[in-house]
Amino acid sequence: MPSIRFRLNGVETELDADPDSSLLSVLRGRLGLSGPHFGCGANECGACNVIIGDHAVAACDTPMWSVADKDVTTPEGLGNIDKPHPLQRAFIAEQALQCGYCVSGILMSAAALLKRNPHPSRDDVREALDRNLCRCGSHNRMVRAVLRAAVEMEAS
Amino acid sequence: MSELSPSSPKLPVSLAANPVLSSWIRLSPEGEVKVSPGKVEIGQGIVTALAQIAADELDVDIARVRMVRASTAASPNEGVTSGSLSVQQSGRAIRQACAEIRQIFLVAASDRLGVAVDALAISDGTISGPGNISTSYWELTGEISLDRHAAGNAAPKPSTQRALAGHSVQRIDIPDKVFAHPRFIHDTALPGMLHGRVLRSEMAAATLIELKEDGARAVAGLVAIVRDGNFAGVVSETEESAEAALAALRKGATWSSEPALPDESDLAAWLKAQPAELTLIDRRTASHPTEKSRTVRRQYSRPYLAHASIAPSCAMAQWNGDRVHVWTHSQGVYFLRADLALVLRLPLDNITVEHMEGAGCYGHNAADDVALDAVLLAKAASNRPVRVQWSRADEMTHPPFGAAMAIEIEADLDAQGAIVDWRHSVWGNGHTARPGRAAQPALLAASELAKPFPRMISTNPPAANGGGADRNSVPPYDFPSWQIECHRLTVMPIRTSALRTLGAQGNVFAIECFIDELLTERGEDPVAFRLRHLSDPRARDVIAAVARRANWKPQSRSGIGYGLGFARYKNTGAYCAVVAEIESTDDIRVRRLTISVDVGEAINPDGVINQIEGGAIQATSWVLKERVRFDRQRITSNSWTDYPILRFSEVPEVEVELIPRPEIDPVGAGEAAHGPVTAAIANAVFDALGVRVRDLPITRERLIAAMELSA
Repeated sequence: MPSIRFRLNGVETELDADPDSSLLSVLRGRLGLSGPHFGCGANECGACNVIIGDHAVAACDTPMWSVADKDVTTPEGLGNIDKPHPLQRAFIAEQALQCGYCVSGILMSAAALLKRNPHPSRDDVREALDRNLCRCGSHNRMVRAVLRAAVEMEAS
Repeated sequence: MSELSPSSPKLPVSLAANPVLSSWIRLSPEGEVKVSPGKVEIGQGIVTALAQIAADELDVDIARVRMVRASTAASPNEGVTSGSLSVQQSGRAIRQACAEIRQIFLVAASDRLGVAVDALAISDGTISGPGNISTSYWELTGEISLDRHAAGNAAPKPSTQRALAGHSVQRIDIPDKVFAHPRFIHDTALPGMLHGRVLRSEMAAATLIELKEDGARAVAGLVAIVRDGNFAGVVSETEESAEAALAALRKGATWSSEPALPDESDLAAWLKAQPAELTLIDRRTASHPTEKSRTVRRQYSRPYLAHASIAPSCAMAQWNGDRVHVWTHSQGVYFLRADLALVLRLPLDNITVEHMEGAGCYGHNAADDVALDAVLLAKAASNRPVRVQWSRADEMTHPPFGAAMAIEIEADLDAQGAIVDWRHSVWGNGHTARPGRAAQPALLAASELAKPFPRMISTNPPAANGGGADRNSVPPYDFPSWQIECHRLTVMPIRTSALRTLGAQGNVFAIECFIDELLTERGEDPVAFRLRHLSDPRARDVIAAVARRANWKPQSRSGIGYGLGFARYKNTGAYCAVVAEIESTDDIRVRRLTISVDVGEAINPDGVINQIEGGAIQATSWVLKERVRFDRQRITSNSWTDYPILRFSEVPEVEVELIPRPEIDPVGAGEAAHGPVTAAIANAVFDALGVRVRDLPITRERLIAAMELSA
């Protein structure tokens, strides 16, 4: 198996992997990261979204060969309790989830949006999250949380 | 122990069933309060509401409260987490248990400090009296045993003295979920854990004729292939290897199946033609019958609905000799254990079932099924734990669905158009086939084994528990007479069980739409009609409130419509009134839902609003998009493409107003909105377009068909 190098949450990472195996199976399996969630395995729900470069993509549908030399960010790389990302603060402030299984992927889509567009409108947010599914019906709170994070990021 | 005075309140039902105080609450010398409910977190925020109740009643900071996950090893048995009953059942039990514990500690502190109980006060667990004397729960806990029965003689605090109840405390599970800390069962890795996958045919009622194992045996990392009749699966060292082995096994499998499924093109006719058990649900006879002038009859239907949780079901199991430990996101750990014991023919004590959080649970999904899958596969794993996760396709096709319903309502009207008699009939499968209730197991794999258990035909819970297909079939309005009947199918080609609201969504849709049809004919305002026919002030209040908030009825504009829906969930639970604003373009778009709700005391108001919003959005998805699809051999809606749900760009604005009722016992909020939202949207569609869609979902095809019919 060839060696593949990429930056994972800012850390240079190198591992031997089947180039056709999915990024999600490597992240959750050998790398032990449980942030990206398995939902469908078919790029239809967004639960496994990660950020590659500036865009949120479904890790289940991303072959390992395609991440060579790329920057990959998972939910673990977004922030932590001591140093939360404004989105994480905003999701807590808005209590923007019910079960929370979809949230890790939604945070990735939202973070990619704010990277590209720091001043999104409500419709921009809805469009950016439109490929993420939420079954509990927390959509409006999530949109509010993303807008709140955008305001906070502008202020800081 | 003090005696129970005749005026003492009866113990709350969960506490009466599990009276030992220490099974609910334990206080540690280190200053921690462990609260052990029998109810489980299914994404509804219940553990936070229960923590609030405990902290309030004990007078401790909520940060001291640690919520223990339910397990058959130690937790009180509270049956199943369902029916919007957790605050009612677990909440009242915890409140009463904590009130008694508080009293026990006050008496002990009084002895130690030599001060009357009345002179003591508790603040964050510190019990102090006059002149700076004090002790604490944490000091006293070593000498006080809570291994004693609740007596029912301590009165919980009145609502006015509770510091936390009624406040929107932040949910205690949310930080983990936002910071990607492993909290879901899916994200939990046990030491030495293997991965299992089950092979299931996409065809319903399939028989596994031949299974060639060579391909799967060649997969690196394979540990075992398991086969028992129609049940087959693989166990591997890694998840990738398990997936590869499953794919190879699928290639080697030959199945046979007969066309077993109904014709989906006229589901209502099929439902009404099946063998069924007829139950009279309710009858009211008029004291002074009025002569009818004419009769109006309408039929409504809803399709089978999928749970379609974002996560596929998952479980872990580990054998140790003839004992097995199971980790599950089931709604009822004791019930699951009972079914596992039936299948495994083992004593209950040999099985421990422990809850871990799964993704949002909206009823009896595959959580229990996958637990048996894991138990069966783990038998081949030499005492190593095995984690089993279903595929998305299996998750969309093999769990029980919410039952399809056909509903017919007939009203006799007098010469002035007033309703003088009302007849409501429901046809469909039962709405529950939950595990742990019967002499036979309800778990999927049990019916697949070489020595199979029969597949359980779903039934309806009794009316005292809110009923099933008949839930909310008795109208809330004061009509002079009525007869309500339920036809429960005794055949079940498509597996059904509990899905959020059971039959209430279908019945409320039918009742509220039928009323709208009658009103339209005679030009009466929907709010005025309902207020005229409701004597319950709480019902009148939610309708008046929503009408006010939505400026009922806004001026009609081209392509925009407004509709009203109302119900009291189960006719005993939360009151909910909804005004829907819809826009008709190519498809129906729900722009706004204005909702007024009364749940009695709202322990965590933001939590209640979150549940109502979520229920409203989920119901919008059911109404506009959702329908389990099938041909005669298989469920065909096996992906998100084939079973679409509402997306961010399609979600309505939702505005929720809570009617404050701190003096009234709380009821659940999770299922209150579905029925009224469904009806409000359907009525708004009629308002906008002048066509009535009586078969859910309200899709473009259904609208075109309804327009053609009315033309």
